[in-house]
Amino acid sequence: MVGGRGFGARLLRLYLPLAFFLVAMLFPFYWMFITSIKPNRELYNARIMPLIVHQPTLKHYVDLLTQTNFLTWTYNTMLVAVVTTAVSLVLGTMIGYPLARMRFPGAAVVAIGVAATYLVPQPLLFIPMADIINRLELGNTLTAVMLTYPTLLIPFCAWLLMGYFKSVPRELEEAARIDGASRFQAMTRVVLPLCTPGLLSAGIFAFTLAQNEFLYALIFLAKSNVRTVPVGAITELIRGDVFYWGQLMAAALLGSVPVAIIYSFFVEHYVAGLTAGAVKS
Amino acid sequence: MSVRPAPLARPAPVAGRPLSLRGLLEREGAFSWIMLAPGVLFLLAFVAYPFFYGIYLSLQDRPVARAGVFVGLANFATLLGEGVFWQVTRNTFVYTLVTTVLKLVGGLAMALVINQSFRARNLVRAVLLLPFIVPTILSTIAWMWIFDPTFSVINWALVKTCLVSTGFSWLGNATLAMVSIIVVNTWRGIPFYGITLLAGLQTISPDLYEAAAIDGASATQRFWHVTLPIIKPILIIVTMFSVIFTFADFQIVYALTHGGPANATQVFVTYAFDLGMSGGQLGMGAAAALTLLPALALVIVVLALYLRRE
Repeated sequence: MVGGRGFGARLLRLYLPLAFFLVAMLFPFYWMFITSIKPNRELYNARIMPLIVHQPTLKHYVDLLTQTNFLTWTYNTMLVAVVTTAVSLVLGTMIGYPLARMRFPGAAVVAIGVAATYLVPQPLLFIPMADIINRLELGNTLTAVMLTYPTLLIPFCAWLLMGYFKSVPRELEEAARIDGASRFQAMTRVVLPLCTPGLLSAGIFAFTLAQNEFLYALIFLAKSNVRTVPVGAITELIRGDVFYWGQLMAAALLGSVPVAIIYSFFVEHYVAGLTAGAVKS
Repeated sequence: MSVRPAPLARPAPVAGRPLSLRGLLEREGAFSWIMLAPGVLFLLAFVAYPFFYGIYLSLQDRPVARAGVFVGLANFATLLGEGVFWQVTRNTFVYTLVTTVLKLVGGLAMALVINQSFRARNLVRAVLLLPFIVPTILSTIAWMWIFDPTFSVINWALVKTCLVSTGFSWLGNATLAMVSIIVVNTWRGIPFYGITLLAGLQTISPDLYEAAAIDGASATQRFWHVTLPIIKPILIIVTMFSVIFTFADFQIVYALTHGGPANATQVFVTYAFDLGMSGGQLGMGAAAALTLLPALALVIVVLALYLRRE
């Protein structure tokens, strides 16, 4: 964008800062990976050069998969993320659609309410929520997190989708209505298909948010067989003062893989979801 | 057989349209509210109700699994009378302010760097966002090991390059523990700023830069007088979102320091968690969580007004 003055300028303005950012952002992941394949005698020897592995081993992965409930945690995490994403997408659409395209009494109040629930963070709610879940006798069930995650995801989905819903020209909907489509059909057959990118963005973003959730899972899931990956890793791979570093890193890496894969397939949609709140469409 | 018309088999039509579901769904207001109802009811039950129930809890002496006793504002009075509370307040503000400035500057720098054209640009952009998308607790686990008292790779590097003779106890020292949580929060947040600000930079027409260049503006002047004014709205919104979420952060602090050593990194949410969950004092915990509200409400109202104006 700015006229360059040869390689020197480009080095200073592009390559050096780029290298800095890449190293700074990715080093922890490299560290995670390398620690997960180091044998304990290398891990706990401060005299060995730590940046490379001398004798790589898969022992930590084998231990993680055979001696802990890691696979169960992964299953729980995926199940909860998929269910809550689906629920939030449907309810988010049902909230966002009328707010974006209809005129009706009470619209302003609902819009403000949704914005408020989007911005009011979970930390204000977790203590009363813990008591409510207790009274409903839902402690140590996945239902507890399936009920609470959508409180974070629905306002987000509704907010994000409203922008997409608004962008569909009214004429298209009116044409369908003249051809005899009901309001509901105009929504499902005309507007929603045109908003597929928005639905994808909201879905992917919600999915990563659900995978990232920790506070509710930590409070509600105290039994090993119902835990999610982040809670299981932090509570069961650290016992008292003993940190199972190799297994911790293996769990962190394997736990990040599903999100990273989905992200890699839908980078553009994820970025669109990320920036939709900030950049006017 | 004479055929007579059946005497009024159907009731006379009511004025207006018949009240069938289909007819109802064609009305804008009814359609809207039928669509809204499930989601709105859900949010009322699981956001609005807990919110007000939290206020109610904060006015009670309420140990877990026992009935509460109404105590008025006693919980808040107790909190305000404790030195720890003020330390927590200071910690939270320091944490939020310092990370926000670092993320803003770092993110803007990142956006300017990756807005240039270079090979594999899309791949680089995608990869740079990884810290933000990987579940926070899992990446913080890597940082826990990076800050390990005995095997810290930072200490190893510092000692090897002879900058210090013995390593630091990153998470064991009050100041360094704060530095550590700030580093991790900044690391995770910079890509968020970087990628959103990049989207803002991409909306700037190259013609503007050319025009400015023709008028003799230097690169620095172009940044201050062309780039910055255009991305200002995005900058403000991103910053306020980030402030809200940093102010209410839990994961990084909980995993890295648990608020320690001796409350040196205790922030509002970990403090409320300790009181309400670990300590089992739901009333105190709810009160501590609510003390977030005034500062948060301020940011939220400003942001909401700003978004409305946009």
